[in-house]
Amino acid sequence: MELKSKCPEGPIETRWEKYKFDLKLVNPANKRKYNIIVVGSGLAGGSASATLAELGYNVKCFCFQDSPRRAHSIAAQGGINAAKNYQNDGDSIYRLFYDTVKGGDFRARESNVYRLAQISVNIIDQCVAQGVPFAREYGGTLTNRSFGGAQVSRTFYARGQTGQQLLIGAYQALERQIGLGKVQMFPRTEMLDVIVIDGKARGIVVRNLVTGKVESHLADAVVLGTGGYGNVFYLSTNAKGSNCTAIWRAYKRGAAMANPCFTQIHPTCIPVSGDYQSKLTLMSESLRNDGRIWVPLKKGDTRAPGQVPEPERDYYLERRYPSFGNLVPRDVASRAAKAVCDEGRGVGTGLGVYLDFGDAIKRLGKQGVKERYGNLFDMYERITGENPYEVPMRIYPAIHYTMGGLWVDYNLMTTVPGLYAIGEANFSDHGANRLGASALMQGLADGYFVLPYTIGDYLASTKLEKIDHSHAAVRDAEATVAQQTNRFLGIKGSRTVASFHRELGKLVWDECGMARNEAGLKRAIAKIPELREQFWESVSVLGTGEELNQSLENAGRVADFLEFGELMCVDALHRAESCGGHFREEFQTPEGEAKRNDDQYSYAAAWEYGGPGKAPILNKEPLTFDYVHPSQRSYK
Amino acid sequence: MKLTLHIWRQRSSSEPGKMVPYSIEANEHMSFLEMLDVLNEDLVAKGEEPVAFDHDCREGICGSCGFMINGIAHGPQPSTTVCQLHMRHFKNGDVLYLEPWRAKAFPVLRDLVVDRSAFDRIVAAGGFISVSTGSAPDGNAIPIPKKYSDLSMDAAACIGCGACVAACPNAAAALFTGAKISHLGILPQGQPERNERALNMVAQVKQEMFGSCTNIGECEAVCPKEIKLEVIARMNRDYLLASWTNRREASRSDGI
Repeated sequence: MELKSKCPEGPIETRWEKYKFDLKLVNPANKRKYNIIVVGSGLAGGSASATLAELGYNVKCFCFQDSPRRAHSIAAQGGINAAKNYQNDGDSIYRLFYDTVKGGDFRARESNVYRLAQISVNIIDQCVAQGVPFAREYGGTLTNRSFGGAQVSRTFYARGQTGQQLLIGAYQALERQIGLGKVQMFPRTEMLDVIVIDGKARGIVVRNLVTGKVESHLADAVVLGTGGYGNVFYLSTNAKGSNCTAIWRAYKRGAAMANPCFTQIHPTCIPVSGDYQSKLTLMSESLRNDGRIWVPLKKGDTRAPGQVPEPERDYYLERRYPSFGNLVPRDVASRAAKAVCDEGRGVGTGLGVYLDFGDAIKRLGKQGVKERYGNLFDMYERITGENPYEVPMRIYPAIHYTMGGLWVDYNLMTTVPGLYAIGEANFSDHGANRLGASALMQGLADGYFVLPYTIGDYLASTKLEKIDHSHAAVRDAEATVAQQTNRFLGIKGSRTVASFHRELGKLVWDECGMARNEAGLKRAIAKIPELREQFWESVSVLGTGEELNQSLENAGRVADFLEFGELMCVDALHRAESCGGHFREEFQTPEGEAKRNDDQYSYAAAWEYGGPGKAPILNKEPLTFDYVHPSQRSYK
Repeated sequence: MKLTLHIWRQRSSSEPGKMVPYSIEANEHMSFLEMLDVLNEDLVAKGEEPVAFDHDCREGICGSCGFMINGIAHGPQPSTTVCQLHMRHFKNGDVLYLEPWRAKAFPVLRDLVVDRSAFDRIVAAGGFISVSTGSAPDGNAIPIPKKYSDLSMDAAACIGCGACVAACPNAAAALFTGAKISHLGILPQGQPERNERALNMVAQVKQEMFGSCTNIGECEAVCPKEIKLEVIARMNRDYLLASWTNRREASRSDGI
């Protein structure tokens, strides 16, 4: 497989501008002759659907939820970055670019990241115009907060519900186009296969989750904005429905999967409380602006937090990283929490650290803290039954975001022509670690401002044959989907789908989670196929395929996680270095920081499907750094 | 703790449903939905079909979940969606009745799952600001007083779960629709389409067969996001002004 990144050359400041000019255009009258399928209705899929329809294309948008407004982008709390420099604190497009490349531990493409930083300013303007109620100063101007991995305040926010407000902005734009008849919306519809004809993506096969009907939809291009694969770990901060099915089925139809081992652990989540736990809840990283993280200095100290005097507390982030303190990037903060818990200094169940607002309340007053974080504090209290204004929060890292995803070129096109991946579903902009408040930025950049340009170039320069539903490839894809449904229902085993998911999740969390090593990854790679075999022999899916059947939906998703998990471990094993969220215990500095190996691993690993039962094939896209020179990341 | 659950079981919208009793052993740290997960695992192990219910983020923000617990939308805890409701608020021996949202405009699809697509159609009728991608001025070009921005945000916090409709004796969608009209109508950006928005959204509400608002206030009482009744007053004001003046374009720019 040949990987053509299509990244433009020349001075980085003008690359995107020049590239845009060179892209072929579809004239306005011809746009209505093209049909585009968008799968997913989150920040990426929703904004892309709305924008493509505004341009004049005919769009069909699909989501598995009951409404496009429910996509998991809605749960993002903290904010969205933009290089506006409204605070006059020295921010610039170049600085956002620099921070993102460095924060990604030098495993992202410079051209893509610079484009993202440039577009960030347009996103804020667009969202404000749509009516997103960003936080404001008394004078009426927009306000900002700071976030991990940056020393400037460039994060825009809407209380602790920034993702919700941005998604509602995109959703309203989408609904406007639905009302105008330019977008046809298919909620409660799950994509189960991509139709590839003459090597090009020409449609998808879906299952209507209410009636169970399997049907195909044809188009001139297919866009996947289906999010990340964090739920391979079972316990994550992702929504229960978030899954890798769309990108995995695309992989099996020829789209390369890049860097699946780059997964992000979020340092501030509410710790696990029991076996029945169904998911983990994130407490926004913005809390680290004012909260101080600590554990008792002594092992096994079981005193209540209020009874541990100041000198017996270890503010370990402030101690180890004096210049960034509690605002070190997520991967660094997560590993530091694991380290103190491994030493036996964890609090609560032993897997937790304190996030203490005592000082912030003294400084800002309870009202001041409430103003900034009120809804997060309420949420914490609802879940744990503890009042964080009085006792420190307990937090522990959890899987939150996945930097890996479908490999895409500068146009956001996968290795299958006509198949695009946007937002968290692709791998392009965050390298090995994503900075806080950058996921919202990337999802909206892809959907509002990148894909709508680049897709036109493909449509204008590609000759597409007329096809209909009787085409052999369409029939074949429909049959594959129907066959899988029947296979699940025919097993009539004894174990629930969830029990397999939990077992897989525990296995990959233990062996391919916050820290990985060769022996553990080999264990996981040996065990996952066994688990998969047991799944196909003994899973129990009741009911029929012709009705609303949540067990059947979940069975399909877990079947794909059982395959995906193996590729993730294979990728983690092959990358014999530590970088960003991928921490291999064998490769660390004497201080316990991640140690990259730029000579051998400065590339994106794009895995190609080898066929059923065959090993995946590794393809490498070398990464070059002309502007930000790779260095050991230091936040000391 | 031991609980008895009476759950509405209905295979599809075309088949009749009934309440079915179950007993379950729960733990106080579980969320309500985790308790139902445990019940479902038990049911599948016994070869019975699990209870269908909508849920996704389980953080109280996506708006997917929601059903009646002993006649109260989202259950007894104020300002809390059912996914964020924890079992510590119940006690051993409690008997709980779980029913889907009850409203003509929300047909039951299966068990506790209802079809809320009417809400999307209300938004599609006018719940937006018509600004195509690329045509926005600088974010700071229009200063917005913090107070208005906050008021707008209060209304924009609506998660579209449908509890307001389920709690209303008339099954009215006034709180939902009023929240969207307030969110956009309070902001300067929302002024040009303010009249038209109210006219079109209210017309769609009627078409979807939601009932009329008679200011009872049950909606506010159950709203997990504490949306206030004043959003309904704003909707009525915008709707009446637009109807009486017979103008589809708003003439004022004061925002409130």
